[in-house]
Amino acid sequence: MADRNLLKDPGREAGLFSDRLIFAIVACFMLASLLFIRYYYLQIEAYSTYATQADQNRLQTQPLAPRRGLIRDRNGLLIAANEPSFVLSVVVERTGGLDKVLSDIGAIIELSDEDLEVFQKRRPSTRPYAPVPLKFRISEEERARLAVNSYRLPGVVVEAQLQREYPLNTLFAHAVGYVGRINESELQSLPEGPYEGTFHIGKTGIEKYYEDLLLGTVGVQTVETDARGRIMRVVDRVPPVPGSDLDLYLDSDLQLAAANALEGSRGALVALDTDTGGVLALYSSPSFDPNAFVNGISFADYAALRDSKDVPMFNRALQGQYPPGSTVKPAIALAGLHMGLVTSETTVPDPGWYTIPGDDRRYRDWVLRIRGTGHAPKVDLHMAIAESCDVYFYDLAREMTVDRMHDFLAPFYLGQKTGIDTTNERSGVLPSTEWKRQNRGAAWYPGETLSVGIGQGYMLATPLQLAFMTSIIANRGHAVLPRLVQRINGELQEGERVELESIDDTYWASVIKGMEAVVHERSGTAFAMSRGLSYRVAGKTGTAQVIGIAQDEEYNEDDIAERHRNHGLFIAFAPADKPSIALAVIVENGGGSSAAVPVAKAVLEAWMAKQAQASAQAALNG
Amino acid sequence: MAEYLRRLPSSDGGFARRRSLWSVIRIDPWLLLGLVLLSGVGLGILNSAVDGSVAAIRRQSVYLGLGFVVMVVAAQIPIYRYSRLAPWFYMLGMIALILVLVVGVGAKGAQRWLSLGGFRFQPSEIMKLAVPLTVAWYLAKRSLPPGPKYVAAALALMAMPAVLIFLQPDLGTAILVAVSGFFVLFLAGLSWRYIASALGLILLSIWPMWHFVMKEYQRQRVLTLLDPESDRLGSGWNIIQSKTAIGSGGWDGKGYMQGTQTLLDFLPESHTDFIIAVLAEEQGLQGVIGLLCLYGFIVARGFWISYSATTTYGRLVGASITLTFFVYIFVNMGMVAGILPVVGVPLPLVSAGGTSIVTLLAGFGILMAVSQDKSPVN
Repeated sequence: MADRNLLKDPGREAGLFSDRLIFAIVACFMLASLLFIRYYYLQIEAYSTYATQADQNRLQTQPLAPRRGLIRDRNGLLIAANEPSFVLSVVVERTGGLDKVLSDIGAIIELSDEDLEVFQKRRPSTRPYAPVPLKFRISEEERARLAVNSYRLPGVVVEAQLQREYPLNTLFAHAVGYVGRINESELQSLPEGPYEGTFHIGKTGIEKYYEDLLLGTVGVQTVETDARGRIMRVVDRVPPVPGSDLDLYLDSDLQLAAANALEGSRGALVALDTDTGGVLALYSSPSFDPNAFVNGISFADYAALRDSKDVPMFNRALQGQYPPGSTVKPAIALAGLHMGLVTSETTVPDPGWYTIPGDDRRYRDWVLRIRGTGHAPKVDLHMAIAESCDVYFYDLAREMTVDRMHDFLAPFYLGQKTGIDTTNERSGVLPSTEWKRQNRGAAWYPGETLSVGIGQGYMLATPLQLAFMTSIIANRGHAVLPRLVQRINGELQEGERVELESIDDTYWASVIKGMEAVVHERSGTAFAMSRGLSYRVAGKTGTAQVIGIAQDEEYNEDDIAERHRNHGLFIAFAPADKPSIALAVIVENGGGSSAAVPVAKAVLEAWMAKQAQASAQAALNG
Repeated sequence: MAEYLRRLPSSDGGFARRRSLWSVIRIDPWLLLGLVLLSGVGLGILNSAVDGSVAAIRRQSVYLGLGFVVMVVAAQIPIYRYSRLAPWFYMLGMIALILVLVVGVGAKGAQRWLSLGGFRFQPSEIMKLAVPLTVAWYLAKRSLPPGPKYVAAALALMAMPAVLIFLQPDLGTAILVAVSGFFVLFLAGLSWRYIASALGLILLSIWPMWHFVMKEYQRQRVLTLLDPESDRLGSGWNIIQSKTAIGSGGWDGKGYMQGTQTLLDFLPESHTDFIIAVLAEEQGLQGVIGLLCLYGFIVARGFWISYSATTTYGRLVGASITLTFFVYIFVNMGMVAGILPVVGVPLPLVSAGGTSIVTLLAGFGILMAVSQDKSPVN
């Protein structure tokens, strides 16, 4: 060691060190200059670029979702409200690893596969740094758990949002429809602007039909945020414009009366205000809870609804197309009178069946099975309506021919949509020779005309169409097309008025008298209804044969029998002399009209009670 | 030892001639002034970066205080004692580094900490000082410039800890530790030929390094550096944000505590590695120049002390510490400004830190010890 040290030359080493030190100092100086140049470039040369970038960085434009328009019944009762609820959203860009954050969330609160699926589908269409909703209706407890863990959930935000709620649950599911989360295909087809910040859209019913009005106009705010997206300051704000509020003609009390009366059966009721065409009640039984759809119904729940034999999702009032049966007879009687084929005195012999001249086939009257004979040796128009005599109408139909029947009934909107302001309305079928040629590719047989004459065969109508037909009869030749919405943001909406070609007043009187007899005469088919009525009702019963039920092996015998039973129908308006309400009821497999009549009565009673109350109130005030 | 004995009488004479107060307490006043100023400025910047968090400032102050105490103590130890202690220090550090890999405490996917009775420390911090001290100890005994055998041995001395640190994995510190040893070698007169061939070798080894040695996140860092826009929201985020913060500061800056990027949390790690962006944003280029000047003053003083040192050991240690200090500054400011990869090097005495502050100031303590290693006669 010592030897080596002695060999050292301190002077040379010092010189060498100085050289190297000078080199190092020069290098440091150059590197420092490089830094200076870099900072000079960034801060002086590129200043404006970065200054702009910095502004954009902290200033974000955010959509402000508008409040969805409210939907109220005619009494101001809320049918579709907006309730604050918490939504869990993820700002993907801030998570620093989405999969981990998602699994972390999943460990804290329950996430369904569907939540994740919809989230992933929605992701690509979301702007950068915009929150993507992951789970709706976060409970208080879930919120607390998320808050506690927020430090390890970057990019996760829980925001309050207004959510659609249907306080009356199942009562208006079919009448009003529901909103649901915007799905993938809707995302692609929707315009980008109006739905910024809105995650729900009307899926069916009024909610869908009036979507544009209910949605409102999206607002915009410019906010200063930090990198985690927390709003530090609102710089600029254009408030959203709330969606239009809709006041409906629907009356919750009538709706409830219908729901209670139809409880446990499959069927539907539509009641119209004869003056305005306003839909007073529109109920399809069984119903379902629209609230389940707002945030995405679980697959199991949906499957249960979809696969239920009672098809609760099926809107029988608008989509259900049934043979109208004898309910069509008043209109056909009117046609006969108007065309001069019969008078109110004309009689038809009724042995209990009818044959077309030159044909052996017997067309049976429904009463034959019960009494073994016809209604009476001679049946006139009044009796034919009151007792629903098939033979009378077989004869009338044959004389009228199907095409004239079609032309007369078409203005009643049978076989065509009424254009009611909601979705899913079906048109039914009003057959004609032309119709059969086009749809069945076959010629019309004379026997088929007889079936149509009693509302069977090819003829199909929705309860809405039957109710509308009834309101035309009630008003003796005119009516306003059915409407659900009475006021948009308080502004009265006028429905379209329909007027039949002039029909002699006495013809109307004859037909309506027959319809009154249905309820108020002992021989009337709905005489049972008259008990306790303080006003006159004009009605018509109907029975529709159920044909072509699929031989489903899963049905047990009782079930098959039940499902083969006839549909019961009933149309009515009241009061008979000064009508204010017209309605149609169907009870599927009700056996006969006796199942439908009480439903109609319940709703009529509810309506008339309200009318009486209102006039009493008016008298008191006046 | 012999060298020390030879130098002793003259040292005594120097002390006798001008025993200023500073000489008595063995502190270099200019260096101290620079460091105190820097620490003060650093605290000011940090205060803005943490948005006035009292806890963070208190913590930083505690470490700074501790660091200055360690510095003063380190300055009291004559430089020759460092020479003697260096190899032991080095061995201790190596053992600790091995322990870290075996029983270390992890954080963010890396094992860097060793827990000793509730006290956590990073053994790699020890090595930041132990490596240059040891390499200098090894080379100062030889006739300089060092022959190939000694160069190889010196390289091994710096490579071993560097590899262990790299395995933690902590590429940034590994490189800095190796570099601090290399500076000693360079200052000791490492032949330019070696340097040139080493550079050639490094260039050649880039390809295999890239494919077989570097980890994905390290490759990502380099790629992001080359094109930060390629991954705006991922690894490029930090660089884009820091550049935005710096650039938007302009000449004047946005004013103290007014930096929107910092206050609004866009700038990641704003109180640690990226703190220079806070200064650049709030004080503008003026502030950056001011800080650079302050650093320049300290570096210049460090070089002056090293130049004035009378022993080879003192010179090598002093200049190496100073150069390493400069490298910290350069690498940190370079990476934040987007001209170097993000390797996780704090800005000395400004970034919030713990043990690294103490280590850094301990280094300056050694530099002060070097400053007392003066020869009165030339």
